Amino acid sequence: MTVRRHVSVAVALTATVALAAACASGGDSADATPGVTADTVTIGSTIPLTGTAAPGYSEQGPAAKAFFDYVSANGGINGRKIQLKYLDDAYNPAQTVTLTKQLVLQDKVFAIVGSLGTPTHTKVVDFLNSSRVPDLFVASGCTCWDQPKAHPYTFGWQPDYTVEGKILGDYVKKNFAGKKVAYFYQDDDFGHDGMKGLDKYVDQSLVVSRQPYQPGNTDVAAQVSAIAASKADVVVLEAIPAYTALFKLTSLKLGYTPTLVASSVGADPITVSGLLENFAKQAGSSVKGQDLIEGLVTSAYLPALDDTSNSWTALFKKIHDQYIPNVPFDGNVYYAMSYAYTFTQALARAGQNPTRQGLVDALQKGGLAGPGLVPFRYSADSHAGFTGGQIAMVKGGKQVSAGTPLVTGDGDGAVTPYTQAQPQAPANGIPAG
Amino acid sequence: MTALASAAPLRLWRQSTLVRHLTWSVLGLVVLYFVSTSLDAFANLQLAQICYTAIATAGLTVLSGLSGQISLGHGAFVAVGAYTTAVLLEHLQWPLALVLLGSVVVGGALGCLVGVAAARLRGPYLAGATLALAVGLPSLADYHGLRDLLGGANGLIVTSEPPPLSLGESFPLERWQAWICGLCLVITLFLLSNLASSRLGRDMRLVREDEQAAALSGVHVARTQIVTFGISAAFAGLAGGLFAIVNSLAAPGAFTLALSLSLLTAAVVGGLGSLAGAVYGAVIVTLLPNWTADLAQRANLPRAIYANIPLVLYGLVLIVVIVVFPGGIQSGVRKLGALLRPARSGRPQENRQET
Repeated sequence: MTVRRHVSVAVALTATVALAAACASGGDSADATPGVTADTVTIGSTIPLTGTAAPGYSEQGPAAKAFFDYVSANGGINGRKIQLKYLDDAYNPAQTVTLTKQLVLQDKVFAIVGSLGTPTHTKVVDFLNSSRVPDLFVASGCTCWDQPKAHPYTFGWQPDYTVEGKILGDYVKKNFAGKKVAYFYQDDDFGHDGMKGLDKYVDQSLVVSRQPYQPGNTDVAAQVSAIAASKADVVVLEAIPAYTALFKLTSLKLGYTPTLVASSVGADPITVSGLLENFAKQAGSSVKGQDLIEGLVTSAYLPALDDTSNSWTALFKKIHDQYIPNVPFDGNVYYAMSYAYTFTQALARAGQNPTRQGLVDALQKGGLAGPGLVPFRYSADSHAGFTGGQIAMVKGGKQVSAGTPLVTGDGDGAVTPYTQAQPQAPANGIPAG
Repeated sequence: MTALASAAPLRLWRQSTLVRHLTWSVLGLVVLYFVSTSLDAFANLQLAQICYTAIATAGLTVLSGLSGQISLGHGAFVAVGAYTTAVLLEHLQWPLALVLLGSVVVGGALGCLVGVAAARLRGPYLAGATLALAVGLPSLADYHGLRDLLGGANGLIVTSEPPPLSLGESFPLERWQAWICGLCLVITLFLLSNLASSRLGRDMRLVREDEQAAALSGVHVARTQIVTFGISAAFAGLAGGLFAIVNSLAAPGAFTLALSLSLLTAAVVGGLGSLAGAVYGAVIVTLLPNWTADLAQRANLPRAIYANIPLVLYGLVLIVVIVVFPGGIQSGVRKLGALLRPARSGRPQENRQET
């Protein structure tokens, strides 16, 4: 019996060998830049396509790919087609690590572009930087992507949560002077960084309640009751879309209707109103989602989705309708096409024969401009993305911007207006370099 | 003369399980060495993942297959091992071997504690209790008092040591990690196979078959169950420590219920109660999702279908394996061995007649 069992152990080990050997890939040339051939550039990304973080975010992979497919179909960059391979990490950091290593070690991608999530992506930043792989435009507003000394290959893209918090805090201070304010925030880096920005502006004596929520726990009645009991006139939401919706529905039940100010992360009107209708339906009632978020204040850093007079919106809508008509044209699609454009622009500036270092240099040189309402902060000393945003209000289910765009930094610097006009999209949608 | 000389080692081989186990262990290490040196970096990462999954599965298969207790929550012990390693390595900077030993001890201690409850619970009640453990324990990391130590929802980043310089400057990290995990797997299989053929192993089987009969024949049923739970959790803890080093993290999002269920899947698909089965099972649950995802990617399907295809394929393969080998892959290997044996059995019998 025992002998037979041990023979089996040996057989098992041999089987492991055979299977593992079967999945090993062949040799590769050492000198060429990984992921770059005469007519292609291959890049990779990890995105939750399934699981709790998938709603909305799962659209980013197909949307970025649609933009790259459009560029490739129209001549590509320096004659090279851009191929994006996005993999499903289900928002599980262990998956993110394995899949990112697969993209770098096995698929030999040129760069990682637009990988999504703070808890997931923080676990691969060290690996990517020690492997000298450009790690561009992490889809998260964590301030942690901006560490050019420790992580020279990592770049953020969207305005970080502190910058956004400062802009919203500045708005609350100026427009709701003397009103009581409450915070409803996600209890992690996202919520904490956001509050750091808010607290620089909102008068602390007026902050009557701070209520955290844990993502995953959908019962927020206790927090909303506490905020309602504090009789706050304004509630600032540092929350993802699902919790913007949950806060609204729970406060409705209590007959509590404060003015809502929300971080851009949780304020996309299409996503939030869809969620509102879904949640209400599950609870057995029907609501009109867009009516419930009427008047919601947020900060936007990209043009409005329905403003077709804007050259960028027109370009992205055209690509959307041609390549991914089955995906709703919402903030996530706009977001992904925008970072895809920024990558295309950086690649064009990296020259005829792009290298990994050349790509990083092109970004650090600065001067990139695209669909954003405000400029990037990229330089040798800063790998932070957009410098700010523009206050916007939801009116009739649409995001309507107000005033001029605002810019600021992570520190104590003031929030100042940015008056330069947004550049026009190139006629064919492809950056010249 | 020659027959006599060769008979002595053969007799030793037959009589001493320790010698047999040691020989197979050394052979296993040699095989692992050649495998890892012939593979590229990513395949070495997968090899390391197979090894730590096999360690956790081996512990689980001893628990369920030998002592008849079920655990749907072994992922929780893996999580505890991972956090122990992360904390010892990052905050205290202990040497690696000591850190892994720490994970074994903490995992085992928690296992004994859970084992005390488990010894009082049967069937669905035990399944429910361990399920609750898998769901609840990882969220402890977000508890306010522990947040500074365990990193909250974002978890901890584990910076694993680079390979020793004596191996050369460009020695791949993944191969080094595969070596560490491989060594731990061989040690685990060695210890557990000795355990299975020891008195405790016999007691476990007795308890599994009939608790009353076991108690009548002088076996302390509850103690056997608690010890088994502790041992099983200790190896899950070791697997967790290796998990933290290989994936450079310990974070609540990594220890989902799916992890616990995939360990159970590995044990069942491989063949419940068999250590070799634990290895087969680990190979399948580690490599299959990767292959199915690659297949789905190549097929160029619409997103809604594409995203779910890997899960569907994974499920399909598991169903097929269970239908074809109801007793797990190991039962298939045994059947195959039995088919081959009559053809070979002629020669050993002749030898026996000669001596």
